[in-house]
Amino acid sequence: MTQQTVIEAVRDAMREEMRRDERVFIMGEDIGQRGGVFLASDGFVDEFGEHRVIDTPLAESSIAGIALGAAISGMRPIAEIEFADFIWPAINQLVGEASKVRYGTYGKLGAPMVVRAPYGGGVRGALYHSQSVEVVFAHTPGLKVVTPATPYDAKGLLKSAIRDDDPVIFLEHKRTYRLVRGEVPEDEYTLPIGQADVKRAGDDVSVITYGLMLHHCLEAAEALAAEDVSVEVVDLRSLRPLDAETVLASVRKTGKALIVHEDTKMVGIGGEVAAIISEEAFEHLDAPVRRLAGPEVPAMPFAPPLEAEFMLDTDKIAAAIRALAAY
Amino acid sequence: MVDTHSTQATPHAASADADRLDTNELVEVYRDMTLGRALDERIWMLNRQGKAAIVASMQGHEAAQLASVRALRKDSDLFYVYYRDLAVMLSLGLSPSEVMLGFLAKEGEPLSGARQFPGHGADPARRVYNLSNVVGTSIPQAVGAALACKMRGEDTVVISYFGDGASSQGDCHEAMNFAAVHKLPVIFFCENNKYAISVPLDKQMAVESVASRASGYGMPGVEVDGCDTNAVFEATAQAAQRARAGQGPTLIEAHVERYLPHTSDDDDTRYRERAEIDEARKRDPLRILREQLFELGALTDELDAQFVADARRVVNEATEYVEAASYPAADDFHEHVYAEAAP
Repeated sequence: MTQQTVIEAVRDAMREEMRRDERVFIMGEDIGQRGGVFLASDGFVDEFGEHRVIDTPLAESSIAGIALGAAISGMRPIAEIEFADFIWPAINQLVGEASKVRYGTYGKLGAPMVVRAPYGGGVRGALYHSQSVEVVFAHTPGLKVVTPATPYDAKGLLKSAIRDDDPVIFLEHKRTYRLVRGEVPEDEYTLPIGQADVKRAGDDVSVITYGLMLHHCLEAAEALAAEDVSVEVVDLRSLRPLDAETVLASVRKTGKALIVHEDTKMVGIGGEVAAIISEEAFEHLDAPVRRLAGPEVPAMPFAPPLEAEFMLDTDKIAAAIRALAAY
Repeated sequence: MVDTHSTQATPHAASADADRLDTNELVEVYRDMTLGRALDERIWMLNRQGKAAIVASMQGHEAAQLASVRALRKDSDLFYVYYRDLAVMLSLGLSPSEVMLGFLAKEGEPLSGARQFPGHGADPARRVYNLSNVVGTSIPQAVGAALACKMRGEDTVVISYFGDGASSQGDCHEAMNFAAVHKLPVIFFCENNKYAISVPLDKQMAVESVASRASGYGMPGVEVDGCDTNAVFEATAQAAQRARAGQGPTLIEAHVERYLPHTSDDDDTRYRERAEIDEARKRDPLRILREQLFELGALTDELDAQFVADARRVVNEATEYVEAASYPAADDFHEHVYAEAAP
């Protein structure tokens, strides 16, 4: 085991897969000599050459579309969208096209591609460097959506995404890149896409979350433990496929569910998880399913107090858990 | 059984690298054109009979499609087509019956299992790709395919067919720019029939031609009479040579005509004078090639009548076969969403 940050784990996952499989290559803005704006591909151009580390023009639709064309032609591209906020021009090629390749060719073609995008706020990124984009992709059959929160999960899931035969939208919360450190095995490993992970076991309340909010939820759970409230924290890790079984098993045990995410509440992942719980575990509930999520404003503002108003934090989450535990 | 009538009875690998089609090859193109036209007319008729839900006719585009395919290597190049490319697909080996299975959405349709609009999906064995109905999205995909081929050191050329309408899409610009930067082996082949559904060229662009934009990307732009079989062949063969020599992409603009409405759901009387269509019909590639071959003494009334009769027979057989075919059952409706079935 070694201690790594999330960005180091991402970098190692890509490097190992590029060494392992010549079909894997990366493309995106500033990923070459610059090594990526977050240094996810630091040193790659020296090791793998410019033909496998392709600096693209600033044109997201074609980054996705060209990656898609290469994928259906036998390659395994990793396309980096510099910030998730810039992914909207590529929606047509991802939601409109990549997701439908296999279905629309009756299984004759697949699109084994990964689109990596740093998302989320709390980094003074303002309206256009803080967005959460997961819901659009999670709504789309044919895509997979992965949202790791720890170095261990990021590495194991990214390696699986690269080896996956279908398009994977791999969303990395940029605040976790250097903030979150954790143990990562030195030996080769992968993690299956579509399995949630109980990051903390507990008996009184289930908190279901993903991304940066996992860490705030774990801190809140720790705080609540001092108040004799036992909190179970479920990290979804992937939003499509969504691991309903792990969520339901937790809720059947605790009888109370709080879903926490940074993204805005309406039509968010929390709504889907809440619906699954009420459909499948209604008779186990001791309280209404609750959601704690981003506010209904279009995006995260720049000034520190405004950003703090948008972001959830440990105190806000602890308060919500406390209220639910007392129901 | 699906019949295996191909529009090309004999392979002409050698001609793909020559500059011009010889007389015998032109006769073959004429034969293929006769079949393509007969098939297109029949499909339109089936729409009017309520049997084909949607048709986009290729009438007027035949020479551009048939000659461009002949300038390429059908056994190794990749063909990213669009919805009006019936003759391209026939040239690549889809039979009239297979094509018609698509128009009537019948079981066994080879591109998408009748999940998509006619002519959409893919048939990798025959190197035909048409993933989507959305205009212009295939252009970066074709460029990505060319990137993959170049990365593997293959000798493959990718041709990306699209209409004048698609040339306005941002994807078209982005794809051309990237292909030129990386000198990718791709041919951008614009079938300019002067209309994006109803919107005429002067409302689509302020420049004289689509091809003129090529200089903005640093690649050659070639305008060609898309009703002149050998002019199209020559332009495409030269573009293919450039691509295989590592010199990068070429933009070819083939000026063609559209005789029918955009699709069977369109009403072109709302935006197009009949006199204009009568004028366009003077540039019918079928008639032009027929006259050319008669002048050359390569076509006789007997041979012409034989081609017409053969085409009618093949189209009748295809119609009979496809009308009798079943619709696909819904029992595999959930298949092929992912490589592995959902847990």
